[in-house]
Amino acid sequence: MRYDAKTYRLVEPGSLGKRALMVGVAGLALSGVGWALDADRFFHAYLAALVCWLAIALGALFFVMVHYLVSARWSVVLLRLSENVALSIPYLAVLFIPVLFGLGHLYHWSHADVVAADEMLQNKSGYLNAPFFIVRTVIYFAIWSFLAGYLNRMSVKQDAGYDQARTDRVKWVAAVGMIAYALSVTAASFDWLMSLDAHWYSTIFGVNYFAAGLLTFVSVLVLLAIVLRRNGVLTETITVEHYHDLGKLIFAFTIFWSYTNFSQYLLIWYGNIPEETIWYADRWVGSWKTISLIIIFGHFAVPFIVLMTRSAKRSLTVLGVTAAWMVLMHYIEMYWLVYPTYIEHGASFGWMEPVTFVGIGAIVFWVFWSKCAKERLVPINDPKLQGSIDHVNPF
Amino acid sequence: MNAANEQTYGIIARFESPAELLRAAEKVRDAGYKRFDCHSPFPIHGMDHAMGMKGSKVGYIAGICGAIGGIGGLTLQWWTSTVAYPVVISGKPFFSYQAYVPITFGLTVLLAAFGAFFGMLITNRLPRWFDGLFYSEQFSSRVTNDGFFVSIDSSDPQFNAERCRAFLESVGGKQVEVVRGA
Repeated sequence: MRYDAKTYRLVEPGSLGKRALMVGVAGLALSGVGWALDADRFFHAYLAALVCWLAIALGALFFVMVHYLVSARWSVVLLRLSENVALSIPYLAVLFIPVLFGLGHLYHWSHADVVAADEMLQNKSGYLNAPFFIVRTVIYFAIWSFLAGYLNRMSVKQDAGYDQARTDRVKWVAAVGMIAYALSVTAASFDWLMSLDAHWYSTIFGVNYFAAGLLTFVSVLVLLAIVLRRNGVLTETITVEHYHDLGKLIFAFTIFWSYTNFSQYLLIWYGNIPEETIWYADRWVGSWKTISLIIIFGHFAVPFIVLMTRSAKRSLTVLGVTAAWMVLMHYIEMYWLVYPTYIEHGASFGWMEPVTFVGIGAIVFWVFWSKCAKERLVPINDPKLQGSIDHVNPF
Repeated sequence: MNAANEQTYGIIARFESPAELLRAAEKVRDAGYKRFDCHSPFPIHGMDHAMGMKGSKVGYIAGICGAIGGIGGLTLQWWTSTVAYPVVISGKPFFSYQAYVPITFGLTVLLAAFGAFFGMLITNRLPRWFDGLFYSEQFSSRVTNDGFFVSIDSSDPQFNAERCRAFLESVGGKQVEVVRGA
């Protein structure tokens, strides 16, 4: 790999992308074997891995939009990398197609006989039916793919020359896009994850999914920046000050994630109504209890304590290890959301869970890497670029 | 004014712009002065570094206060609802820690905020009614308006009115003035 620090270009992208693609294709092919062997398990493993990576890509899209909305300066050097993560959304849309073939394996509301015997599902069937589910999925991916593609196209155009009118237009799209994003992410998490148990409902569920995604995206961004730094890319551009700020975001969104998840839990615990508590009861059976406790401590307590000090956030080792830990915790949380309707008595891990997780993750990395190889790694004509490079945390 | 009670509070020099003040602060720091301060109508980025200031202690004060708030909040709820006045509420155990979380969280935040606020006041030695520098006419009239001042306190081990005056003039200070009053 060769990198030109003057033009911010990867002159020779090296074999990292190709290797990721090979791992991804191998992982997906192995998952295909899983489909043939045990379709029920395959679809649950696949859905968990897919929503895990999609949440991260959606976090990237949010990060880019909020960057424009607040006219952020410090994050300019991270903008192109974030766009490249968000650009994996259309690829994840393609990877979502197998799920549409597995509705019967995943969602009990998709069985006509189950619905016929269940008054509540009958009442919900105007919304929860296979054709409308597919239409909605297409709409969600269309919104996100458009936003990710548009924001990246405008940013790449800016590399040829700055145009204030274009930046103003992008801000408008980001503002309207943010509203569309909030509604679509909420609805998508309801459709894909909450409807696994269609009797149960929680209005804050979408916020939980979004919070997990944004938190993990920032962790992934830290890891990607460290990978680039190890290869001698952007070493003078992304400084310890940026890692410090990313560490603050991980810390803050760990608390936000805990706050929204606890808000959901507390109301259900207080109300103590069986139709609501069943969802948590399902996750407190057998070894599910262990997984629940791992999430409470691993997803909240560990990063909360580790990242509390300034020196931890400024140490690439501590921050990098914590970021990798958060990605693992994010997958376990998605597993915890998807699996209890499938394996009721307790959690169990086979080979399909890691294979789908690594396979889809490798595809996301391949997309990221090939976009990085195509364009400059920072928006060079952004008037705030130098300010971002020189950014210093006063505290 | 009683001349017998008159004392020297320090020496001040005025600078024309924030950038000049920043450069002067670096030189005063490098000259080894310990008890000096910079005064401007608004905060200046990089001033902490230019003055050679160490990290603030307020974070630790806030952290300790937050921990006291959290532990105190939890203990208060445990004691009131299991020892002092146990009441069965919707069939839940007396020690229902789930219900304690919001108040524990709230008290953690409240005491951490108090710690940050009062810790800031204490570390800044505030509030106080009077400072010797107010005796300077130019300081009082301009420091919150358009004046950028460096002051070296008379308690500084290196303080010597004549040498400080020469030094401040050499770094570009205007209207250098030894502040006296009673």
